[in-house]
Amino acid sequence: MTPPPAITLQGSYTLGDTRLFGPLSVHLPAGQWTCLLGPSGVGKSTILRLILDLSTGGQFTGSVQADDGQPLPDRISYMAQSDLLLPWLTVLENTVLGARLRGETPDMDRARHLLTRVGLEAHQTKTLAALSGGMRQRAALARALIEDRPVVLLDEPFSALDAGTRADMQELAAEVLQDKTVLLVTHDPAEATRLGHQILLLSPDEATVWAPPPTPPIRALQDPATLACQAELLAHLRGQVR
Amino acid sequence: MRVLYGLAALLLGLLLWQLLVWITGTPHFILPSPLRVAQAAYASRALILEHATVTATEVVLGLILGTILGAITAIQLASSQWAQRLLLPILVFTQAVPVFALAPILTLWFGYGMASKIVMAVLIIYFPVTSAFHDGLTRVDSGLLDLARTMGATRWQVMRRIRIPHALPSLGTGLRLAAVYAPIGAVIGEWVGASKGLGYLMLLANGRVKIDLMFASLIALALLTVVLHKLVAILADHLSAYASGSSLQKGLGPKK
Ligand SMILES: Nc1ncnc2c1ncn2[C@@H]1O[C@H](COP(=O)(O)OP(=O)(O)O)[C@@H](O)[C@H]1O
Ligand SMILES: [Mg+2]
Repeated sequence: MTPPPAITLQGSYTLGDTRLFGPLSVHLPAGQWTCLLGPSGVGKSTILRLILDLSTGGQFTGSVQADDGQPLPDRISYMAQSDLLLPWLTVLENTVLGARLRGETPDMDRARHLLTRVGLEAHQTKTLAALSGGMRQRAALARALIEDRPVVLLDEPFSALDAGTRADMQELAAEVLQDKTVLLVTHDPAEATRLGHQILLLSPDEATVWAPPPTPPIRALQDPATLACQAELLAHLRGQVR
Repeated sequence: MRVLYGLAALLLGLLLWQLLVWITGTPHFILPSPLRVAQAAYASRALILEHATVTATEVVLGLILGTILGAITAIQLASSQWAQRLLLPILVFTQAVPVFALAPILTLWFGYGMASKIVMAVLIIYFPVTSAFHDGLTRVDSGLLDLARTMGATRWQVMRRIRIPHALPSLGTGLRLAAVYAPIGAVIGEWVGASKGLGYLMLLANGRVKIDLMFASLIALALLTVVLHKLVAILADHLSAYASGSSLQKGLGPKK
């Protein structure tokens, strides 16, 4: 696997006649986690789709570039905001969908291992109807993690999980995706301060860098500096909303 | 319970029919009583069965061939943009030609045997199957297709693993329609020119003023259609259950 690239998105985005954001610049440092926060509808998911070169409803003027100059889309694993699981497949088969779609032989052992890690060991052969929202999200997480790609984009990947499971999944993702270039969209200041090497606050005019806690991620839940940073960030976000 | 209601409805229908004959005093060569029809059906059971077998074979073969052709067309249309732009309008336009009007030509081309009736049934169900399946193939959540793209999916794998399973319930809808249309196609083919089949038997009985036999053939045809529709409905339910994952749940899923 090639070393993970740094990624820079520069430009502005309009929906019809109205500007959604920009001109602004979003920089993802190589091999690090960037957590992206911002009010609903500001364009966080859109930024992920632009990096993936997927169609969006609007018009983007600008560029998305990797620092090594190579094309990006086939180097990215993506977890969308909705789980996008296939109801006619078992949880296990959903996990290996990527390999199946490429016509490759999937690594079933790795899939089982990941399902165990996300706590779905007992549900591998079950259908989706038997799963709760949080379980579905964990299945989608396993499907994203199994793709061994240098760049990973996660769109609110833990939003449907209870607090305990969420902390577990954050640790799992941090471990599996260590040294990859990760962009994680979240609404949770605790999540951002726990996981981010870099924290970005997206507004229509700019993407502001918010100073992360001094220690490297993943940070302990009870680390005082992290908690202080989280409280400050929350206060800031509340002020912004108002 | 539903079976009981069905039986009750049948009895009620027969009773009304018998009453109508009694009250109006219609002669039996215009409207035979249910009893007369039953007697004729019993007396000519071997004859009716023989002709019903021919019609059933035509209908089933027509259904199978029409479904295969329709499914292939739908997959072809859904897998290429230009095929869709070019062929779909042609396909819709051909629907303006009433298939029944083609029956004499088909008899001319394919003869008096089963072939022309099978072709007729194929033609009549081809479009409903194609359009229903095509609809399902192209109505996949765009988020899923985007995800597949980020995973580096090949076109054919997307078709096979996402589009086709997703479209199975729509195919089921098309099949339900086809099960109703196919017997109509076959019988019209038989009316235009045949020496076998329930449609032929009806014309024959009519010509010989055996109206009770004609009604018996008609009822045999109705039974055939009902049974076919029921079987196809079961198949369609299975297709839907597969696509929603509920067949997996019951452990009836495909074996790996
Ligand atoms: N396919 C689309 N067509 C038109 N508008 C869209 C489309 N997708 C998203 N939008 C709009 O773009 C804006 C930003 O959406 P999104 O990037 O999903 O925001 P966020 O993820 O920050 O909540 C929203 O106003 C949304 O309604
Ligand atoms: Mg979003």
